[in-house]
Amino acid sequence: MSGAEKINVKVTNIVKLNDLVTRFEFKRTDGGLFPTFSGGAHTVIELKDGDLTRRNPYSLMSDPMDQDGYSISVRRDDEGRGGSLFLHNNIKIGDDVVLSHPVNLFSLDLRAKKHLMIAGGIGITPFLAQIKQLDRSHGNWELHYSVRNQSLGTYVDDLKTMHPNDVNIYYDDEKNFIDIVNLLDGQPLGTHLYICGPKGMIDWVVGEASNLGWPVEAIHYEEFLAPQPGKPFQVKLSASDKVVNVGESESLLEAIEREGVDAPYLCRGGACGQCETSVIEADGEFIHRDHWLEDEDKISGKKIMPCVSRFDGKTLVLDR
Amino acid sequence: MSTFEFPESIKSRPTYGKLEKRAGKSYLFIADAEGAEAIIDLASTDQDLMTKSHVIYIPKDTGEKYQKKLNDLNIKQLYVGPSYSAAQSRILQTFEQAHMGLQVCLTGTEGLIGQALRDAIAAGIPHTSIQTEHRGSLGRRMQCVHCKGITEDVILDPFVCSHCGLNLFVRDHYSRRLAAFQGVCIDAEDPGNIPESVELYK
Repeated sequence: MSGAEKINVKVTNIVKLNDLVTRFEFKRTDGGLFPTFSGGAHTVIELKDGDLTRRNPYSLMSDPMDQDGYSISVRRDDEGRGGSLFLHNNIKIGDDVVLSHPVNLFSLDLRAKKHLMIAGGIGITPFLAQIKQLDRSHGNWELHYSVRNQSLGTYVDDLKTMHPNDVNIYYDDEKNFIDIVNLLDGQPLGTHLYICGPKGMIDWVVGEASNLGWPVEAIHYEEFLAPQPGKPFQVKLSASDKVVNVGESESLLEAIEREGVDAPYLCRGGACGQCETSVIEADGEFIHRDHWLEDEDKISGKKIMPCVSRFDGKTLVLDR
Repeated sequence: MSTFEFPESIKSRPTYGKLEKRAGKSYLFIADAEGAEAIIDLASTDQDLMTKSHVIYIPKDTGEKYQKKLNDLNIKQLYVGPSYSAAQSRILQTFEQAHMGLQVCLTGTEGLIGQALRDAIAAGIPHTSIQTEHRGSLGRRMQCVHCKGITEDVILDPFVCSHCGLNLFVRDHYSRRLAAFQGVCIDAEDPGNIPESVELYK
């Protein structure tokens, strides 16, 4: 079976944090312990929605050393393909769901002398676990967290209470923005930078850091892409000898899985590279949306990341 | 010409590039001997670069050869010293006070580049982001794997360990932590059977 190993869990608590964000807490159905993880790891939650199996990645935000339970905090996305809405509207305490073992694509570089964290909105979640990890090892860290307004400041009160000197909050509606250039400019040698938030914020911070001569090795960011809906298309899977129709609101990977083909994946968000698939034949345009393939790979038309990318054209044959 | 094309070798053997201008508000150059030429070459491509540069230079046996040229480069801060160990406390203090964005450029002999790289890594700079350019002598900083003593500027293979006197074979096996190549006893199984020394890469 593809993806990381699975854990059967029960929903033990659901906490509405504000208008948009809800926390879901899980315990194992077999009563056992969860594996510990490293801050920044995510889990893929598997939800049965009628005939459809939804698999969505969320950052684990509980204490990485707490083996009794896992928690995720989910922002409701009314425009998306319905994964977060399904969680918010349909999942109840006591429901059985499946989580994957943690996978970390946004881990701390523990060689750093200091960890500088920049969060935007729901991008706070991986940092919550990282902060707990660093607290335990007496790490040197500092968080700059930008939120829309007071009422949507998820975990702002907890963070300010626990870490009054290390947490800085910025409220958009008070025209209160991170002074990124001055913030980056004064950082001591050996600082590593971590960014999680909307794409615009990541591009902005990474761009300013690069202008100031920060080495790419010291810049870390995580942006999960949700698969975007698009025009339906047909794909032929050569190794499995199947023809699959990819619907408007499902991803290519989901369509392949629906037909019973066990395709590899980990992050389902265009970041990890696990689902990379070779193209045997193509007559049409690729819609590449991942962060994984190099530009020349994308232009070559020889590879596709089925978790987030699509195709628009007559023929597509994949080596799967 | 002070450059040399090293033949391909094992993975642990360091490789070097060519210094280039990158984004950043300040530069730190650590150089010895013919490494001065790499600085002079880079400075000739951008006049302003040196006004934001701190240069720590160890002339070794080049003496005064590059002194005047360096003086004329309009370097913000230039230190000239007798050895790496003499300059080391200055280098460590520079790292301690530096901010992210500092561009570190190391040039000259392998021994100088290796030691400065070791100290820069310890200061928290990712090693792949540090620029290096080899110039001048092909002599190596060798560690005797038996007595752990360091012999600097080894140019003959095999050579005699300056600490324990064993005859050592010069390996390409390199330790980034020790900033030294490994020297292994060449006549352990047949004492006294020592091949004639030859100059490295000759």
